[in-house]
Amino acid sequence: MLYFSKLRIISVIIFTIVFSYFALSNFTKLDDRFFSKNINLGLDLQGGSYLLLEIDNQPVITQKLQAKIIELKRYFKEKEISLKNFSLNGDTISFEVQKQDLEQVSKLLNDKESDINQYYQSYKSHEFDVIENNNLFNLNYSRYGLVLLKNASLDQAIEIVRRRVDEVGTNEPNILKRGNDRILVELPGLDDPNRIKSLLGKTANLTFQFISQNSEESFGTEKLSFEDDDREAIVSKRIILSGDNLVDAKPTMNSQTNETVVSFSLDRVGAKKFGKATSTGVGKQLAIILDGKIISAPTVREPIVGGSGQISGNFTFQSATDLALLLRSGALPAPLNIIEERTVGPDLGQDSIDAGILSLIIGFLLVIIFMIYKYRAFGLIANLALITNLFLLIGILTLFEATLTLPGIAGIILTVGMAVDANVLIFERIKEETKSEKNPIIAFDAGYTKSRTTILDANITTLIAAFILFFMGSGPVKGFSVTLGVGILTTLFSVYFIARLLTSLYVVKNKEKEQLL
Amino acid sequence: MNNISFNKFYRKFNILSLILIITSLIFLIVKGLNYGVDFKGGTLIELRTNDKTNNITMIRDSFNQMNLGDVSVKKFGNETDFIVKFEKQNSNDPEFIKNIQNKLSSSIGNVDFRRVENVGPKVSSELLKSGIIAISLSLAAMLLYIWIRFEWQFSLGAILAIFHDVIITLGIFSIFSLEINLSIVAAVLTIVGYSMNDTVVIFDRVRENLRKYSDVKIYELTNISINETLSRTIITSVTTLLALLSIYLFGGEILKGFSLAMILGVIFGTYSSIYIANPILVALNVSQRTIVKEEKN
Repeated sequence: MLYFSKLRIISVIIFTIVFSYFALSNFTKLDDRFFSKNINLGLDLQGGSYLLLEIDNQPVITQKLQAKIIELKRYFKEKEISLKNFSLNGDTISFEVQKQDLEQVSKLLNDKESDINQYYQSYKSHEFDVIENNNLFNLNYSRYGLVLLKNASLDQAIEIVRRRVDEVGTNEPNILKRGNDRILVELPGLDDPNRIKSLLGKTANLTFQFISQNSEESFGTEKLSFEDDDREAIVSKRIILSGDNLVDAKPTMNSQTNETVVSFSLDRVGAKKFGKATSTGVGKQLAIILDGKIISAPTVREPIVGGSGQISGNFTFQSATDLALLLRSGALPAPLNIIEERTVGPDLGQDSIDAGILSLIIGFLLVIIFMIYKYRAFGLIANLALITNLFLLIGILTLFEATLTLPGIAGIILTVGMAVDANVLIFERIKEETKSEKNPIIAFDAGYTKSRTTILDANITTLIAAFILFFMGSGPVKGFSVTLGVGILTTLFSVYFIARLLTSLYVVKNKEKEQLL
Repeated sequence: MNNISFNKFYRKFNILSLILIITSLIFLIVKGLNYGVDFKGGTLIELRTNDKTNNITMIRDSFNQMNLGDVSVKKFGNETDFIVKFEKQNSNDPEFIKNIQNKLSSSIGNVDFRRVENVGPKVSSELLKSGIIAISLSLAAMLLYIWIRFEWQFSLGAILAIFHDVIITLGIFSIFSLEINLSIVAAVLTIVGYSMNDTVVIFDRVRENLRKYSDVKIYELTNISINETLSRTIITSVTTLLALLSIYLFGGEILKGFSLAMILGVIFGTYSSIYIANPILVALNVSQRTIVKEEKN
């Protein structure tokens, strides 16, 4: 039917105007009270850094297993069951149980109410898998126990990463979980990620330990090297104080030595511990250790009871600032590795935008000229539909605040090229119909009806490709699938509502003409 | 109405396609694809020098001194822009890129790193896997769709046409050692969609004509259908190619590979809709009974 109801015409016009307005709002700098949304530019267009971090959970697992051994020993001691030969082989805790206790130990470990081997109702699994071999028990993390452990350490790590990134003060960072051991960090506008990378690359485990008087490594001590040079020192394993007790840290200038130092203040517990240790240890060297390296090892001259102190150690102002930042934001539960990095400088991003827009304009003009050449008046109609299509596409992307990437721009250009397909199919069909049908109105109507299934088939296939890309693709490619997919929907709208409306008006007005198309 | 005897050349073009496919497969198996850092892992640096006298050899030499594994240097658009790729990716050392920049500025003067991509081996193998899954999934989804919409003979024709396009496009990338990266996967998927689109338009017409004429042999019938849809086929290919050509020429270096893959795909997609998909209908001896039987069921 070539007849359109007034209501339908008006709604099409309103819809088009609203979305064109959304589209145009991206280009006006006016402070808009009605609509303040914009298309986001992807990192490849506005410049910035994309970092994918992976947690190395092995240290956490080992640490937890060691703690578990202590817990197991204490627990069974309270129950007056004696276990022997505790050992940790890889990720397996093993111990031996005396014959008469076998049943009871097994029950304590495998019971759903177990205090020592927690049972997770929702996963139908214990924290540990227990394997009994005669009197030898082996405990391994179960699949879900491991998942929970990883999730907990990821949650903790993501919090610390967020604090560190926020402290550096980049604009609108995007920090997201990926799977159960990865963190995605997107830093728009940042063209030099080196500082962030080095901040995220440090676990920032700070401890204070006394330097041992012995010159040989022995039980309860460890050999550590200094941060700045190759010197080594034997350090007592006993931790006087750790970074957990810090409440604040900032870079300051030591007025006596004119050196940049990091001054810190401790919480109440920390202050107490620190005061006690320094009063017994006057004259000893206290090593300040960060991630297994000694930063400095000053000699304790007097008890430090005020709950604050200073860390010295050949700092520049920048490195002191960074250390203070790391200490303030806390230690990561496990080391993070950067497994993927993509950085685009802001000027390259601008170049890409310019090139993208230039090619969009040229591609658009070429298609428009070709269509007018091929179809004259109907080419003009197809072009009007195409322009509306472009506005609708950009308008919808704006409404959903979609992220536009360089491949996304390519997707828009491709949509321009392919969008005319539907109109071409219709026009060609109408041409065929006019050969056998003299009444142009019937011929036009038949053209629209008979080409409909083909157009749907053709567009659904492309939509399938766009969908799969959206779910499988990452980053820029995802942007491409969004513009391609939305482009198909707007194309169908512009063809069946706008172009059809215009062709009907044209045909009804010119129905006396010999050859319309 | 056009009246070109496309069907006279079915056999000749089928032989040509077969040769192209076999050549592509040989290259794909023997030479393989030139994977970019996305799929191979490693580091890519796009740099701009301030000094116009810097050339590829100088840049390669200074990178070679840094022990970064296999280094490749290429011009990238402007004469001051270069793309450097090397195997080593030391993401655990936060100073890695900074050190390279420092060493470089002491050997060839100030350089600006416009883009850095650093992909670890684990991520690159995952990206490759998900790329392959994406392409296979979309082929499967298309197959399913066309199977629901048409009879199996048509599905087979459409799918073989798509395989033809994808294999030959990848074959050309292999022959000319063009880089395969994430955006090429996107291009291949779009090619799959486009080729399908093109085939479906002709098939729709074939089916319509099968209902209309009961006494015309499929050999003739495909030719009639191709001719009836020919102007649409040409116009759509032309507009799509115009848009793609514009991306290729003006869209910047980063989109070159993507738009080239798409251009090849559109050309082969259009060709295969005519010369792969239709001869298969002929070979399978599709007749009015094929669709009538389906419709009775």
